[in-house]
Amino acid sequence: MIPLSYYLVLSAFLFICGVLGFLIKRNIITIFMSIELMLNAVNLTFVAYATELKSLSGHIFVFFVMVVAAAESAVGLGIIIAVFRSRETLNVDRVNLLKL
Amino acid sequence: MLHEILFFFFAAGCVAGAINLLAQKHPINSALSLIVVMASLAGLFLLMGAEFVGAIQVIIYAGAIMVLFVFVIMLLNAGIEEHTKGSKIAIILGVPGAAVVATLITWILLRTETSNTPISIGQLHGTGADIGRLLFGPFLLPFEVTSVLVLIAIMGAVVLARREDA
Repeated sequence: MIPLSYYLVLSAFLFICGVLGFLIKRNIITIFMSIELMLNAVNLTFVAYATELKSLSGHIFVFFVMVVAAAESAVGLGIIIAVFRSRETLNVDRVNLLKL
Repeated sequence: MLHEILFFFFAAGCVAGAINLLAQKHPINSALSLIVVMASLAGLFLLMGAEFVGAIQVIIYAGAIMVLFVFVIMLLNAGIEEHTKGSKIAIILGVPGAAVVATLITWILLRTETSNTPISIGQLHGTGADIGRLLFGPFLLPFEVTSVLVLIAIMGAVVLARREDA
């Protein structure tokens, strides 16, 4: 049998990868994908604990996380398109001024 | 035995995809490795018996959200990322910090005693019917509030992506 801790370690590893991508990546789209990776890691923890505790509430929370992630990616990609239109770049180091 | 083999197969897929996401320079390669991670996670969800969550993981995440990402990467013609001074500092400080946190979390999690709930393959407890009963029963209010959130997100995306002069 696979112990719960294996799932949690895998989830922690994915979350750390997401944090690392958020820190070291310079392309705004890749940074956004790292955020999605972190959300996925949290979903794995939710489902693992739902299985462990024999409760379905964790699955409902995963459903809500996915809905929020879908809404967030729609708005976030809209913001990325707006930034690209005004700056002509996707590098976050070049997007460092609030005014044009 | 089959359960262990499948777990380690999908876990290896997740780990390889996540590392590849960090290693690749071009955003489209990162997006494709993220799809590998999400598909492997769907396999892990099914392995834990979460039928509904595994299905929506494939449909919403690996399907809808990643198609949106690939579409935007193609639309903006995103190229290989350029490295500046700031990113070198981020790598020097970020990688050891993340390694320390990962080691700490793994050590704590492996030390903690957890009971093993045996689940045989094919034993699904989070079916669509069960989730639906919960969603339209105790979780009805959050579910309805979510619909408002999605509506606002649609309007926000339309407003943000619109051209100024149009």
